[in-house]
Amino acid sequence: MNAGRPRFVTAMMGAGFLFLYLPILLMIVFSFNESRLVTVWGGFSTKWYGELFRNEQVLGAAWLSFKIAAMNATGATILGTIAGLVLARFGHFRGRPLLTGLATAPLVMPEVITGLSLLLLFVAMEQLIGWPAGRGITTITIAHMTFSMAYVTVVVQSRLATLDESLEEAAMDLGARPAKVFFLITMPIILPAIAAGWLLAFTLSWDDLVITSFVTGPGSSTLPIVIFSKVRLGVSPDINALATILVLMVAIGTAGFGFYMQRQQKRRDLDVQRAIAANE
Amino acid sequence: MANARPEQRSEPWKDPGAQPYVRLDKLTKKFGDFVAVDDVSLNIYRNEIFCLLGGSGSGKTTLLRMMAGFETPTEGTISIDGVDVTATPPYERPINMMFQSYALFPHMSVQKNVAFGLKQDRVSKGEIDDRVAEILKLVRMEQLAKRMPHQLSGGQRQRVALARALVKRPKLLLLDEPLAALDRKLREHTQFELLNIQETLGVTFVVVTHDQEEAMTLATRIGVMNHGEIVQIGTASDIYEYPGSRFVADFIGSVNMFEGRLIEDEPDYVRVASDELGGTFHVSHGVSAAPDAIVWVALRPEKILLSRDRPDGGGDNRVDGVVSEVAYRGDQSVYLVRLASGRQMRVTQPNMLRQGAGDRIRWDDKVWLSWDSSSPVVVTQ
Amino acid sequence: MTLLRKRGYSGRTLVTAVPYLWLLLFFLVPFLIVLKISVSEIRLAMPPYEPLVTWISTQVVGLRINFENYAFLFEDSLYWKSFLNSIRTAGISTLICLLIGYPMAYGIARSKPAWRNLLLLLVMLPFWTSFLLRVYAWIGILKNNGVINNLLMALGIIDEPIVMLQTNFAMYIGIVYSYLPFMVLPLYTSIEKLDLSLLEAAADLGCRPVKAFFRITVPLTKSGIIAGCMLVFIPAVGEFVIPALLGGPDALMIGRVLWEEFFNNRDWPVASAVAIVMLFVLVIPIMIYQRSQGQQIGGHP
Repeated sequence: MNAGRPRFVTAMMGAGFLFLYLPILLMIVFSFNESRLVTVWGGFSTKWYGELFRNEQVLGAAWLSFKIAAMNATGATILGTIAGLVLARFGHFRGRPLLTGLATAPLVMPEVITGLSLLLLFVAMEQLIGWPAGRGITTITIAHMTFSMAYVTVVVQSRLATLDESLEEAAMDLGARPAKVFFLITMPIILPAIAAGWLLAFTLSWDDLVITSFVTGPGSSTLPIVIFSKVRLGVSPDINALATILVLMVAIGTAGFGFYMQRQQKRRDLDVQRAIAANE
Repeated sequence: MANARPEQRSEPWKDPGAQPYVRLDKLTKKFGDFVAVDDVSLNIYRNEIFCLLGGSGSGKTTLLRMMAGFETPTEGTISIDGVDVTATPPYERPINMMFQSYALFPHMSVQKNVAFGLKQDRVSKGEIDDRVAEILKLVRMEQLAKRMPHQLSGGQRQRVALARALVKRPKLLLLDEPLAALDRKLREHTQFELLNIQETLGVTFVVVTHDQEEAMTLATRIGVMNHGEIVQIGTASDIYEYPGSRFVADFIGSVNMFEGRLIEDEPDYVRVASDELGGTFHVSHGVSAAPDAIVWVALRPEKILLSRDRPDGGGDNRVDGVVSEVAYRGDQSVYLVRLASGRQMRVTQPNMLRQGAGDRIRWDDKVWLSWDSSSPVVVTQ
Repeated sequence: MTLLRKRGYSGRTLVTAVPYLWLLLFFLVPFLIVLKISVSEIRLAMPPYEPLVTWISTQVVGLRINFENYAFLFEDSLYWKSFLNSIRTAGISTLICLLIGYPMAYGIARSKPAWRNLLLLLVMLPFWTSFLLRVYAWIGILKNNGVINNLLMALGIIDEPIVMLQTNFAMYIGIVYSYLPFMVLPLYTSIEKLDLSLLEAAADLGCRPVKAFFRITVPLTKSGIIAGCMLVFIPAVGEFVIPALLGGPDALMIGRVLWEEFFNNRDWPVASAVAIVMLFVLVIPIMIYQRSQGQQIGGHP
């Protein structure tokens, strides 16, 4: 499928990627800037990295964000996978249109609306039944799970749509009840999609500012909230250092994953070729 | 060879006292307004290889899936060995299916794939290993037990799918287009393997196919389906030599079909006058039809004799024409002969002499076509 | 499980119920609460709104429904101007995003298969780094003594810094920048599915490449275009961070208005009314998006 690319397209592609990466590259460069000013180069220095690791506020917020993101990702993955399964495999049932709408609306809903509505819910619930008492990690996690599960649902649902149903039928034919079919056959096969969903939910939670701001309480400042308050005052470069570290971590992680997948693919291709050649 | 077996095989469908193993009773399946399977009733006997033969949209796959339990009938019942399984879910039916795409679990080895069904039944590990080894030996895959599905060729995958479906010793094995994905040579070879395995294990097969050659090789009986109904059931030779309708005659093999009028109707013969033929058929079997009725006569191409000279005898069962096409097919040649009426007749002749030897029939030759009075079949619908 | 089956419930119902109940409680009910609060009055207490239903005596219930908040929204020009401006800004940004994103997605789809995954990863990578920090980086680039201005002045092209920050221009850049991956990915999915032989047939029949693009490629990738545009437009309408950081104090974006109404003025009822109106405005694009997704994803009809 190699129709070749018109030069215009290649140029636009290059420009697009440059546009995407320019701020990131600048961030990385200036994280090593001796001068405090973001726009004047004062010499190479790693002092901001040192300052970062001494900045307890930032580190504490990062750890909190990490915990919430992990809990959210796990919960959202479970809920989203179930929703994806229901929408892809359960056919018609009463209330299906509503579920479809609810499950995919958070994808496009402006965050201010979701954030406001969830806060009002929590306040009303607290008045009515006393839980959740005050806002903090619990409310943030619930809020995050609600919107990130939509992403997991979409990922899982589209993966299941391309999965050959005869595999699940064959399993049932051989005596496995539906629950077993899911855990023994379906899930192992779509595991990469589920993992992708988990990562997606993690990222969304880790980076979220607006919804978190609405539903957070005293003492629960996540990293985005800390960064935002700092940004308004004027940023200290230790934030640049933090951003650089994050970028590098993600880049190395995805590069490593990419290489691993490449090797797996090469091995599979080799196997397939051998099988065709042998052709007993 | 199934074709050689009929004398040796019993024919339980002819015995009024025999109990059917599988009973389909007034089975109907509607998808909204669309009727996929229309009031099908069928008895299948033990150890049969029953073929459902039909084109796409004929309902054969839907019927098979209802037997497997993946579609719920709108009306009707299914019984296996006397037990009504209509409401039983597929994982509780004593039926197994071999899927057209084989549906091997990609994350499990051959061994684990085949063992899967036995594990669901909570068979002991020792017994599982024994039975898996036994069935893999039968399909000649024992060396490849540890391989993963993507490391197997198409034919190998098919054998694993078969083993997986048979290891549970089901009462009924359903096969969905089992040979469709194989190339020609492998197909023939696999046809005979399937027959051997079926004989050895004594399992009842129901095969769905659109390929008449496959049906005729494998089946003890064939059920021809069209628009959701079974239009004729019979052995391969029954269906081929005695089609009950124009559809069946046309669907199986090639046929020359002529419309005509019944001019003589006796118990042991009939005569049909056909303008399309430009002559009359004398058919040596009786037909139940009204006098002067419009009927159709089906005549198979291989039953026609092609000659340059006018055959002896009376005026029935012969016609002259001009050769308009000749197709050389190696073992036989196919001739299209244009008759005076404008119709073309298709005639096949085995190439008994090699090219260049003897007097070969060519384009534009004037020829006579003749056939025995037992060859045409009169159909009334 | 068998007990439940006796009552007509099956395993399937339970499984469906889990996400369903969660979404009903944490997604649908909140909207109803927002609706309720949008028709109540502000008061100086916690929570800062009058209760909807009050007991006037033991048997009579008083219902205070107050449409003042909505009236207020229509009277004060700040609000409807912000709505219009948000829609306009989001619309223009979506268009720019499409014009940049389509060639990018096309380029990736037409790359060698080995490169495609890498390029897609490169598109997603910025998405995984902090959104705030990337927006913040643009401040450093666009401000008066920022990278661009310093460069241009050093090269002698300009004498005075160009004001780029705190303008609509900066907002467009910010929105396009942040939402570009959301445009590229659905477009890529659509373009990748395109059967190249269609374009070859068109060329064979004498159609010039540009014409073929508009007559064949674009219509066939329609679902990707719609999905990408909706994924950018709808959230962009309600954006808060980008207007707050890159837009000027008079950048009237409705998301920011809602935030300030809520956090600065502590006027929950008005904020709720703003949210409800926003929902009304967005309901049609949301439905367009969901319909196009329904056609794309498949599974059981």
